[in-house]
Amino acid sequence: MAAVMRLVNRSTLSSVMGQHYAAFSSSAKLTAAGVNAGHTLPDKVKIVEVGPRDGLQNEKTIVPTEAKINLIDMLSESGLPVIEATSFVSPKWVPQMADQVEVMKGISRKPGVSYPVLTPNLKGFQAAVKAGAAEVAIFGAASELFSKKNINCSVDESLQRFDEVMKAAKEAGVPVRGYVSCVVGCPYEGKVAPEKVAHVAKRLYSMGCYEISLGDTIGVGTPGSITAMLEAVSKEVPVSALAVHCHDTYGQALANILVALQMGISVIDSSVAGLGGCPYAQGASGNVATEDVVYMLHGLGIQTGVDLSKLMDAGAFICRTLNRKTSSKVAQATCKL
Amino acid sequence: MGNVPTTVKHCLSYEQLIEDYPWLRHWLQEEKNITGHEYPEFVKIVEVGPRDGLQNEKEIVPTGVKIQLIDMLSGTGLSVIEATSFVSSKWVPQMADHTDVLRGIQRAPHVRYPVLTPNLQGFQDAVAAGATEVAVFGSASETFSKKNINCSIDESMLRFEEVINTAKERQIPVRGYVSCALGCPHEGDIKPSTVAKVAKRLYEMGCYEISLADTIGVGTPGSMLKMLQGVKKEVPINALAVHCHDTYGQALPNILTALQMGVCVVDSAVAGLGGCPYAQGSSGNVSTEDVLYMLHGMGIETGVNLPKVIEAGYFICNALCRNTNSKVAQAKSRTL
Repeated sequence: MAAVMRLVNRSTLSSVMGQHYAAFSSSAKLTAAGVNAGHTLPDKVKIVEVGPRDGLQNEKTIVPTEAKINLIDMLSESGLPVIEATSFVSPKWVPQMADQVEVMKGISRKPGVSYPVLTPNLKGFQAAVKAGAAEVAIFGAASELFSKKNINCSVDESLQRFDEVMKAAKEAGVPVRGYVSCVVGCPYEGKVAPEKVAHVAKRLYSMGCYEISLGDTIGVGTPGSITAMLEAVSKEVPVSALAVHCHDTYGQALANILVALQMGISVIDSSVAGLGGCPYAQGASGNVATEDVVYMLHGLGIQTGVDLSKLMDAGAFICRTLNRKTSSKVAQATCKL
Repeated sequence: MGNVPTTVKHCLSYEQLIEDYPWLRHWLQEEKNITGHEYPEFVKIVEVGPRDGLQNEKEIVPTGVKIQLIDMLSGTGLSVIEATSFVSSKWVPQMADHTDVLRGIQRAPHVRYPVLTPNLQGFQDAVAAGATEVAVFGSASETFSKKNINCSIDESMLRFEEVINTAKERQIPVRGYVSCALGCPHEGDIKPSTVAKVAKRLYEMGCYEISLADTIGVGTPGSMLKMLQGVKKEVPINALAVHCHDTYGQALPNILTALQMGVCVVDSAVAGLGGCPYAQGSSGNVSTEDVLYMLHGMGIETGVNLPKVIEAGYFICNALCRNTNSKVAQAKSRTL
């Protein structure tokens, strides 16, 4: 009833009368959810599959181009609407993505499916468009130290760099997705202030990114910190333009995704088979597994358009190729050894 | 009221206000939903590693190791540690040393050490060995009951009634479990009303708390919500606990859902001990470490020291020659 109080206060009421209505508001401990929270979950959720890019980028074994193409094609068949295909970053920094052009040219693009690629700068953008990219993504950070250590410049400098990409993308009619990393914690700075995340997200959104994916890069977030962060960001960017990119390093990803859904988020990033470890906690897991996310969403009656068994086939394929076990619990449970 | 502005008069009647300003309902519903996301300030963790965890581990653990594990856990702040099971060693060889374990542990003050007692014989043995709290295990699935304990649900309830009545005479509290609360490996989906019926029976017989177990870990926040909505019609929410398995990775969101519904007792096992006998190679119990990480991150108190639990987890995993199932423990051990 505090909402009533706020409304009434705006009219002719004096503060004395306003205090009277404070009695209506709950005195119980409120530890979650901002203005957009609710028990109503979205009917549909868009899954952004980042396995072929974020996943493979963090795998030690270099995957042959053919296997990458086959993986993406299998993922396309599973009903995923967005599959991040590769990254137009210098192969010197990310050798796994050296075959970016061949991958882009080799995949069978399913109608209705987007295949965004990472473009850290204008040069990468131009190479991406030349190779046939129809959507790109740029990566900002909410932590200054992380930005400096990761891409060798401050947050503001990185946003200026992206300005060039944004301009070129606008002219070419290419949509741009923005990522913010370290939205809850940074391996160097520790806790990250929600306001800082909101600031970077707002910048990217104002620059023209159609969607902002908020990444818990080191997986330290919990429903507490994720909620606080989303409350701050949703004041600056509409919830319909937000996505969450949760890492499962501390096992919190699905719980974090659940609170994000309860706050109105309807775009979730995940990685088939939970590909991609965490470079900051060696041996620990990284991305949340798409199979586990889809299992939860379907259990909630939320539509994703994804066929879980075809998705698991793609996961099994890439794990065989990488000679590693899946990080997806659903896949482990379903596979009868 | 003559000079009071119209808006104030409207405020005095909520219904009138909504009628005059229909768009207000949306604001006020958000407010209600914020309230609906209340979480308990304190959650009691029931540590089931030494019993449910070890029971499902293939390696037989020496008695000395079991005792040391329980003693380490006793020093972490946990207030309830399920110590062992007075079930026939023919069925559960891992628990054959139940008497030695119960007699060997150093009981910390303010910590309780319940033990499983499937029948009157088990109960009497438990009491002779010094047990001061016991637990009985019902099932929401007939088929599971028959295959697991060789009798129907009703027959098992009669058995438990004996235990509970005898326990009452001795003033020994009894905790009730309902297994297959979110799904059965044989029957598939289980109706919330069936779970509610079994939970109610156990509660009315005298169990002080009912732990609702997702035995095969198939539950999701959707089915957890429906099940709890059904059960809380029959058993007060503060007498309910959730016992989630992480076989499909759903344990933490399921626990979160339970907390949002007012449940404030959570079962878990250190290091996520105990696989799932129905999905070979898969995980079973949710890890106490991962649960604590979530709860503490949400500002919910537990009284438990997470680093000490992690230590106990490393100890038992070394003894079992296996990796921890806890993601928190994995991350902490390898952080650069």
